Amino acid sequence: MNEEYFLEQDRDHEFLEGNRGLSHDQRAELGLGALVFVVVGLLVAMLAFVLHEAWPSFAHNGLRWFGGGGSVDQQIQAIFNSGEYKTAPVYTFHAWPLIWSTILITLGAVAIAFVTSLFVAVFIVEFAPAWLRRILEPVVRLLASVPSVIYGLAGVLVIVPLIGNHLITQSEKASVTPTIQLSGASLLAAVLILTVMIAPIMIAVFADGLQAVPRGWLEGSLALGINEWRTFWKVAVRTARPVLVAGTVLATARALGEAIMVGMVSGGVGFAPNPIDGLVFFFEPSQPLAAAIIRNTEGLSSPPMKHTLYAIAAVLLFSSAMLSVIGWAAKQPMRRYAVVS
Amino acid sequence: MEVRKPPPVRRLTGNEGSAPRVEVAPPPPGIASHDVASNGNGYRPSSTFAPPPPQTGRDSAIAIDRMEVDELSVAYGAKPAVTSVSLPIRQGEVLALIGPSGCGKTTLLRSLNRLTELTRGASLSGLITLDGVDIATMDPTALRRRVTMVFQQPNPFPMSVFDNVAYVLREQAKRRPRRAAVRGAVRDALARAGLLDEVADNLDHPALRLSGGQQQRLCIARALAAHPEVLLLDEPCSALDPVSTRLIEELIVKLREDVAVVIVTHNLQQAYRIADRVAFMYLGELVEYGSAHRMFGSPREQRTREYVGGAFG
Amino acid sequence: MSAVTTAPVRKPDSSSASWRLSDRLGLGLAWLLGLLFCAIAAAIVVYFLVEGIRYLRPSLLVTNPAPAASESQTGGFLDPLLGTLILGTMAMAIAVPVGVGIAVWLSEFGRPTGLARVAESSVEMMAGEPSVVLALFGLSLFGLHALGFLSQSTHGVVLGQSFFAAAALLSLVGLPLVVASTREGLQAIPSHVREASYAVGKTKIATTRRVLLPAARPSVITGTMLGLGRVISDTAIVLLLLGGTLTFQAANSTPVLGLLRGTGDTLTGYIYYNAPTGDGNQPSKAYAAAFVLMLLVLALNLGVDFVVSRSRKAVTWK
Repeated sequence: MNEEYFLEQDRDHEFLEGNRGLSHDQRAELGLGALVFVVVGLLVAMLAFVLHEAWPSFAHNGLRWFGGGGSVDQQIQAIFNSGEYKTAPVYTFHAWPLIWSTILITLGAVAIAFVTSLFVAVFIVEFAPAWLRRILEPVVRLLASVPSVIYGLAGVLVIVPLIGNHLITQSEKASVTPTIQLSGASLLAAVLILTVMIAPIMIAVFADGLQAVPRGWLEGSLALGINEWRTFWKVAVRTARPVLVAGTVLATARALGEAIMVGMVSGGVGFAPNPIDGLVFFFEPSQPLAAAIIRNTEGLSSPPMKHTLYAIAAVLLFSSAMLSVIGWAAKQPMRRYAVVS
Repeated sequence: MEVRKPPPVRRLTGNEGSAPRVEVAPPPPGIASHDVASNGNGYRPSSTFAPPPPQTGRDSAIAIDRMEVDELSVAYGAKPAVTSVSLPIRQGEVLALIGPSGCGKTTLLRSLNRLTELTRGASLSGLITLDGVDIATMDPTALRRRVTMVFQQPNPFPMSVFDNVAYVLREQAKRRPRRAAVRGAVRDALARAGLLDEVADNLDHPALRLSGGQQQRLCIARALAAHPEVLLLDEPCSALDPVSTRLIEELIVKLREDVAVVIVTHNLQQAYRIADRVAFMYLGELVEYGSAHRMFGSPREQRTREYVGGAFG
Repeated sequence: MSAVTTAPVRKPDSSSASWRLSDRLGLGLAWLLGLLFCAIAAAIVVYFLVEGIRYLRPSLLVTNPAPAASESQTGGFLDPLLGTLILGTMAMAIAVPVGVGIAVWLSEFGRPTGLARVAESSVEMMAGEPSVVLALFGLSLFGLHALGFLSQSTHGVVLGQSFFAAAALLSLVGLPLVVASTREGLQAIPSHVREASYAVGKTKIATTRRVLLPAARPSVITGTMLGLGRVISDTAIVLLLLGGTLTFQAANSTPVLGLLRGTGDTLTGYIYYNAPTGDGNQPSKAYAAAFVLMLLVLALNLGVDFVVSRSRKAVTWK
């Protein structure tokens, strides 16, 4: 520690200058506290604003906002027109196809990514040869910071044509022609790209958590005659469960809010994919909530449209807040046997 | 300057509480006082002493050969840690490995259950056998269930007490046994480790909330749950308070009938209290091996005399 | 001690039971997925490397996009590149002081506790919030007349899209990372350092300014770089709040302010525009821009690594 720090500038020494009104510390505390207050206030104001703007759409539709019925695309068009052309405002909106699409794509990607990332993280931390680990760690971090639009680009240029031209047969395309077009921009493409995007994030978080497990526990388990796999699985992975939860919540929040990339590859049609369709189910286009907002922002000048878009935003906000709460709740029972900190 | 003599060290016979205590003098070198320089306090070990009473029952034919170390050498990379060590390990007696820091006693201990293989660059030569079978040919996991280890820092898993002790039983069975099936074995192991009374009312108590001494006894219970043949202890009491240390020492002496116990310790009084056999190591070599009686009473080697007499350590 | 008997023969351990089938499967799966991940990661990296190098020409970096029919005449992405850099700087110029201030308050002061807890939760919530929602909010916010000076107005209608608008919202994206990283850095400083400083009569704020923050500098830098990474990778806010004009359209002729009040684009917007799903549909330009953007992100990552490794080698507190 440099001694200069302690020598100079009388104004840092309170007792030398006597009490002139508020002390330095009190001024600083007030100033910084005001800053925090302003920022928090801004965030709260934003939340309130979103809810306030969303209210008309919810009020007009009630719970049927979340239900199905009618074509979402047509409804959006009607809403926009009513505001644009100053006729009686139309708010009818049944967002179920969008919600269903969001659920399918997000949960599908998170499920695949979770299993994959857990095993890859275990591999990287414990079983990979040292030279491979040294390469993989920066690569994982690099992949985790790739902008999502670039993944979207790869998706549109590689995955979508691959699915459209090689995986979907002509007969499948014909089977749904009147309703929708199967072009490769589909549920499958969206889930794949989203998985590729969130997996590195999860791997990075999981690997950090696994590495933080004290080696003494692992050595103790090995010394009891338990093999390496079982030792790592039963001791390290079990200990790192809170980290697994945290990483999953983080990745799910990212997946939920991913509008640009998913919008590029999911098809942009307000259609609810139907599992009954069999294999074609995976190739059906759809539009998740976040992408719906992006696609329709030109219509913001039309008031009913604005309210509808804010309603969708409110649903997204609420979902990510709920995720945090679920994550917190999931971690509570794990604290009982954990390290006394 | 009046120098107080250190308090007398009592040997543990395993019958604490029932047999009358016999006091013995602290382990002197057993040589003329002028051979050993006095330390700064002016303490000169006395040249005459009363030898400890003959060990009861130690000469009887109950010692069963369990492991045999034959010309073992261990090196980490280019640095030799253990050089050409040979000694037997027998059930029914406590073997203490003593020596100054860095003399290789921990390495020797860890090679007995092949934990040295976990260190990169470790190389072994020589032979170690368990019940006549070369341990290098055995499956390491199977070996480690028969030769378990307790470490210096208590390392109970972040689970309940019950789950900790049941861990080995659950993980080595073909199918995961139900809780009721292992409860008896868990209680038995906790009883052998002297911990059952303290945790019996709540076996689901988080293990990490126990005190240090209790955690270490839990680790011993965990190691005993597998019914090992050999129990290795790496300075188990060095992180503990004296009361816990005493409890664990009494426990070790009681255990020696069922398992062969090898304990590494840098505490000479502890070795004196509980060991039946002592192996003194210095700079990787086995300097001397013999009964505790002889090693503390009349050691043959000069280096042993000096170490036991406190000239270095 | 001569009586030695051979041990009773112990029933043989079925050592194959030490590796159950499920264990073998687990290990196999870890290896399989691990190697699969390596392959996919390599494929992604190689793919972008190859396509990027194929389409990237130095001229692209210095010419502006121009609307034209054929690809060879549509120019490069100079303005979008500058846009990325400008927005990144502006956003972090707001986020870093505010973030460090919030982190200092949370770490060193933190009263009243109610406000502290609310502040912690809101910063955390902000970190998980979709940037679409922020963008939407920004659009409404900067469309207000009161904030019309930050962007252009035509016919009395505030446009609400400008560099100021985008930077303001982007700072909210980078803020949580700066706060989290700085807080971690401050909390890692052991209390005896603070006590030593108070003991010679320094005020809390002076201690923070002269002792704690310099010591936590690596964490602040790391947080800044991470935040900058998030900011330059964002597309939603840029799409909605920057106006999407391929070149800078200044609001008026004032040298800097005019530019910042005007509209423009960034690399992310440019890539989105030139993807097959966008209006421009020139994949070759998109690849080139993606390559440059990846280089920027890589540089930031390396910067973080460098700062972290240097701080580890620096003086430790013990």
